Amino acid sequence: MTIDAPPPAARAATSRPAKALGAPIVLIENVQKAFGDNHVLRDVSMTIRQGEVVVICGRSGSGKSTLLRCIDQLETIDGGTIRAAGHLMGFREKNGKRVALRDAEIARQQRDLGMVFQNFNLFPHVSVIENIMMAPVRILKRPRAEVKAEARELLARVGLPEKENAYPRQLSGGQQQRVAIARALAMKPQVMLFDEPTSALDPEMISEVLDVMVDLSHQGMTMIVVTHEMGFARAAADRVVLMHGGEIVEEAPPEQFFTNPRSEHTKLFLSKILSH
Amino acid sequence: MNWSWTFFFEYLTNGFMFRGAWTTVWLSVISMTIGLGLGVVAAMMKMYGNAAVRYIAEFYIWLFRGTPVLIQLIIIYTGLPQLGIRLNVIESAILGLALNEGAYLAEIIRAGIMSVDKGQNDAARSVGMTWRERMYLVILPQATRTIIPPLGNQFNGMLKTTSLASVISMEELMRNAQMLAQINFRVLEVYSVAALWYLLLVSIWGLIQQRIEAHYEKPFGPAAAISPEAAKELKKAMQKAGATKV
Ligand SMILES: Nc1ncnc2c1ncn2[C@@H]1O[C@H](COP(=O)(O)OP(=O)(O)OP(=O)(O)O)[C@@H](O)[C@H]1O
Ligand SMILES: [Mg+2]
Repeated sequence: MTIDAPPPAARAATSRPAKALGAPIVLIENVQKAFGDNHVLRDVSMTIRQGEVVVICGRSGSGKSTLLRCIDQLETIDGGTIRAAGHLMGFREKNGKRVALRDAEIARQQRDLGMVFQNFNLFPHVSVIENIMMAPVRILKRPRAEVKAEARELLARVGLPEKENAYPRQLSGGQQQRVAIARALAMKPQVMLFDEPTSALDPEMISEVLDVMVDLSHQGMTMIVVTHEMGFARAAADRVVLMHGGEIVEEAPPEQFFTNPRSEHTKLFLSKILSH
Repeated sequence: MNWSWTFFFEYLTNGFMFRGAWTTVWLSVISMTIGLGLGVVAAMMKMYGNAAVRYIAEFYIWLFRGTPVLIQLIIIYTGLPQLGIRLNVIESAILGLALNEGAYLAEIIRAGIMSVDKGQNDAARSVGMTWRERMYLVILPQATRTIIPPLGNQFNGMLKTTSLASVISMEELMRNAQMLAQINFRVLEVYSVAALWYLLLVSIWGLIQQRIEAHYEKPFGPAAAISPEAAKELKKAMQKAGATKV
C-alpha cells in the first residue's frame, strides 16, 4: 500500500458495484474461541479479498469484536486457522505441526494489520503527531524526518493538518478517531480492522469519520468493519455479514442483504435497526 | 534559660553538619534509585510472572513491609557477618534502605501500571509493539503519571528514614549531630540544627517534586490547553480579580 491518493482514473473506476477484487488476503477457517465455557466464536469461516470492504454486524455479544481481535491476535484462537497479509496468524508451521508464536513474532505479524477501536485508544501522553510516528520510528526504526513527512500527509488526509501538536484530550471524539486511523495507516498495513469506530461518537461527528473510511475504501484498502452504520455499508461495503451467537448467519452484497435477506436473524436484525 | 545562640549558630555553619546533610542527600538518592529498580522488577514479577516468580516477589514485599527498617539495617550490618557476609557501613545502609523502599515502591508501581487503561495495551499491540516496547513506550510512561506523586512522598520519607542508618554508624546528618552532641552536650541546639537541615532538604525536594509532577501532568491537565505564558497571565488576572472583590 502506498499512502498516496490514487490517480483520478482509479477513483472513477471504483464506482460500485463493479470493483475488481484481488487475491484472498484474509482467510478465516473454522475459527473457534471460548472464554471459559462461553463459546463466543463457533466455527467461523470467511475469505476476504484484497481491496474488499466487508461490514460485519450483529447484535451485542454475537462475537463481532472477538472475531476482529482474533484476526489481529489480540486474542488467541482455540481452533481453526487465520491467515492474514501472508501470515499464519499466531503460529508457525514446523514439520507440518503448529507451534504457537512468541510475543515478538506475533508483534511482527500485527504490524501488517491496522486496528481502529471504539474508544480510539490514542496514547494520551504524547502529541497527535507522536501518536502517529511512534510505531514507525520506535519499532521499525525508520528515519524520523521521513516518517514525520508521512505523518503530516496522513493528518492532512484525515482532515486534521493543524492538530499535529495537540494532545489527544484536546481533540473531539471524531478528531481522535481520525487520528487513530492515521496512526494505524502509518504502519502501512495491508488490512484495516475497525471495531465500531463511530459508536462512541456524538451523532454530528459520525460522518467525519465515515467519510475518511469511505475515502480509504476508494483507495483500495482492504477493510473489515464492525459497524451498525448501514449508510456506510450501502456506500462502501462489497459484502455485509451478520453474526449471531458466534456464527456467520448471512453473508451477501449490500443490496441483497438489505432487500432480500435469507436468514430470519437478518430480517429481525434489520427490522430492529431500521425502526429507530 | 539555657539556650545558647552561640552554639546554635556554630552548629548551623558547622562543616561537619553540612557534610552529614550532604551524605543524607546522596544516601537517599542512591537508595531511592536502587529501590525504584527493585520496585519495578518486583512489580513486574508480581504482575506478569509465573506462579513461582510471583511468589518470590510477594514474599519479598511481605517480608520488607512487615518488618522495621531499623531491624533490617541491623541484621544486614551486624547480623549477616555471622553467616560470613560482610558489608561495610555504606553498603549496608544502601542495601537496607533500598530493599525496604523497593518493597513499598513495588506496590505503588503495580497500582500505577494497573491504572493504565486496558485499551492502551490493545492499541500498542495493534501497531505491532512487543511486550518490552509496550511497557517502555506506552504503559510505563502513563503509569508514571500516577506513580510520581506517591513516589515523591516516598522520597520525602526516605530523606528522613536515612537517619535510622545512624545506628549502624553511617555518618549522615543524624549520626553527625549525635557526635557533636556528645562533645558539648548542647543537645537542644545541635538537634534543632539537624531538624532544620531535614526541613530544608524536604522543602527543596517539595519544589522539585512540584515541577516533576507538572511535567508529567502536562499532556493530561487543563493547563496544557494554553501556553505557560498565557497561564501566568490568567493567574495574575484571577488574583487581581480576587483582590478587588475583597
Ligand atoms: N476478554 C473476555 N473475557 C471473557 N468474556 C469475554 C471477553 N471478551 C468478550 N467476552 C464475551 O464474549 C461474548 C462476545 O463478545 P464480543 O465483544 O465479541 O461481542 P460483540 O459482538 O462485539 O458485542 P458488542 O456489540 O456489544 O460489542 C460476550 O458474551 C462477552 O461477554
Ligand atoms: Mg464489540
